[in-house]
Amino acid sequence: MDEQDSNSQSEIRDPQSLILFDNVSKFYGEILGVNRVTLSLAPGITSLVGPNGAGKTTLMNLMTGLLRPTVGRVSVLGIPTDRPEQLFPKVGYCSQFDSFPRGLTGREFINAFLMVSGFSRKQSQDLTDEALARVDLMAAADRKIGAYSKGMRQRVRLAQSIAHHPCVLILDEPLNGLDPIVRAETIALFKDLAAQGLHLIVSSHILHEVDMMSDRVVLLNNGYVVAEGGIQGVRDEMEEHPMQILIRCNQPSLLAARVFRSDHVVEARLHNDRQGLFVKTRNADQFYLLLNEVVSQGEIELESVAPVDDDLSAVYEYLIGSH
Amino acid sequence: MHAPISIRLRQIAAIMRLEVKKNFFGKRAFLVYLLALMPIGLLGIIAILPPQAREWLDFSGYPKLFSGIYSALILRTVIFFGCAWIFMNLFRGEIVDRSLHYYFLAAVRRDVLIAGKYFSGLVTSIVLFAGLTIVSMLLFFFPHFYAASVRFFLDGPGLTQLWTYVAITVLACVGYGAFFLVVGLFVRNPIIPALVLYGWEWINFLLPPLLKKISVIHYLNSLVPVPISEGPFAVVAEPTPAWISVPGLLIVTAVVMLLAGVRIRRMEIRYGSE
Repeated sequence: MDEQDSNSQSEIRDPQSLILFDNVSKFYGEILGVNRVTLSLAPGITSLVGPNGAGKTTLMNLMTGLLRPTVGRVSVLGIPTDRPEQLFPKVGYCSQFDSFPRGLTGREFINAFLMVSGFSRKQSQDLTDEALARVDLMAAADRKIGAYSKGMRQRVRLAQSIAHHPCVLILDEPLNGLDPIVRAETIALFKDLAAQGLHLIVSSHILHEVDMMSDRVVLLNNGYVVAEGGIQGVRDEMEEHPMQILIRCNQPSLLAARVFRSDHVVEARLHNDRQGLFVKTRNADQFYLLLNEVVSQGEIELESVAPVDDDLSAVYEYLIGSH
Repeated sequence: MHAPISIRLRQIAAIMRLEVKKNFFGKRAFLVYLLALMPIGLLGIIAILPPQAREWLDFSGYPKLFSGIYSALILRTVIFFGCAWIFMNLFRGEIVDRSLHYYFLAAVRRDVLIAGKYFSGLVTSIVLFAGLTIVSMLLFFFPHFYAASVRFFLDGPGLTQLWTYVAITVLACVGYGAFFLVVGLFVRNPIIPALVLYGWEWINFLLPPLLKKISVIHYLNSLVPVPISEGPFAVVAEPTPAWISVPGLLIVTAVVMLLAGVRIRRMEIRYGSE
C-alpha cells in the first residue's frame, strides 16, 4: 500500500479508531522533545524509528498521558490522554523503564495493577494467568521480580501491558533483552495481536525486526517526523535520495566503469566478495535502461539485479544515518 | 462516563493493599520504626533508672510530665518526622524508584490514586503512632507507681486522657499527612519544606496569636488534656476550642488534598529530570 492510499484511508477512517496527534509539540524547558507533529495512526503495527533522542519515547509518553503536550492535542481512539480512567481500559503501555514496585513477584505485580484498574479479584487472577502464559512466564510467576533476568523483566512488563486486553498496545523497545527464540515468539505475538485489529505502536532500534513486523513506519529525527507511511511509500517519498541497487555479475569493475559515466549514478562500489556491484542512482528507470544497454553489448554476464534499500534499515540510513 | 462508586472503592482498596504492605515492610519503613522506638527506648530507660528530681517522685505531677513528653518528643518530633517520611515517600519514593508510571498507566483517576495513597499513609501512621502513644503512656505511668496508675486509668481521668492523646495523634497524622503528601508531589527535595515547617511549629509559642493559628501544632496543643506551660517567653493565646480546631484541621486537610488532586492531574512522569 503506498502512502497516498494510506493517507486516503486514514482520512475516511473514523477518528474514534485512530491515534491522532494534532500539531503537537513538547518542550522540556528549552529542550525540544518533539515539534509540530501531526499524525494519524490507524490499526496495525506502526513502528517509530529514529536514533536516540529522536523523540520516539516522547511520542509514546504523550500518547499515554505520562507527558502533556506543550502545544497541540493528542487523542487515542477519540479519548483525550488526560482521562486515564477512560484511556487505559483500551490502552496498554510497555515502557522502557526497567523498574518495578519493590518486593513483588511477577504474578503479584500484574494482579495488583489489574485490581488498581478496577478488576475484581477473580477477574484479575484469571487475566494475570492468561498474560503470564502468553509471554511464557508461568514457571517464574511466583518469584520476586528482583530475581528476574533482564529478558524476564521485559516479558513481565509486556504481560502487564497486555493483561487487560487493550485495543492499543504501545511498546517502547519491546525486544530489548530478549533471546532470539523469545524475540521470534514475541514478534509472532505482535503480529497475532495486530491481526486481531489492535493498534500496535512499536519503537525499536533493531531495524531488521521492525522491518519484519511493521505495516508502516514513522521516522523521527531531532524531534521531527521526517517521513511516515508504508516502507515502500516512504522510500518513494525520498526521491531526492539515491536508490541503491546490487548487481551480481562476472565483471563488476567493468560494469562500474561503464555506469559511472551517467549523471544519475552517484556511487558505484564493489561488493566485498568482488562478485557484485552496488550502484547508487538518482533515477532507477534510466539506470535499468543503461544496464540493458551494457548487457546487450555482451561483455558482461548478469547474474542478478536487486534493489537493496527498500527495507526499513536502508530508509533509516538514508534519512537519519546520513545526516 | 463515570465509574460506579463501588469500582472507585475497589480501586482505593487495591492501592491501599499495595501501599500499606510497602509502608510496613519496605526498606524505607526501617527509619519509621527507628523513630517510633525512640520514645519507647527513652521511657524504657526511665522505667529502669527513674530520675531522682522532685517532680518524678510525686505521682500527681505525672500527667503533666507525660503531657510534656508527648508534646515535645512524640508529637512534635516522632509523629512529625514519621509522617514526613511516610507521606512524602508515597509519591517521591516511587519517583526515586521509577515505578510511579505503573499507577499512571492504570485505568484509575489520579485523584482516586491520591485518595488511596493518602489512606494507606493514614493507616500506617495511625497504627504505628497511635500504638506508640498508648505504649508510651502505659510505659511512663506503670513502672513507677503501679497501684496509683491502675487507679488513675480505671477510676480516674487516665483512660480519657489516653484516648484524647490517641485522638490528637490521629489528627496529627491526618493534618501532617496531607501536608507532606502534597509536598512530596510538588517539591523535588521535600526535606527542606519539612525542616521549614518543623521550625515554624517549634517557634509557634513565640508567635502572635494570629500567626499561631497558621500551624497544625496550635490546634493540636489546644486539644491536649493536660495543658503545659510553654515557658516564660511564650505569647499566650486563647486555646482554640475543640469544636473549632477539629473541624478546622479537617477542612484544611480537605483543601490540601484538593490541591493535591489538581496537581496530580497535571503531573508528568519525567524520571530523568528528577
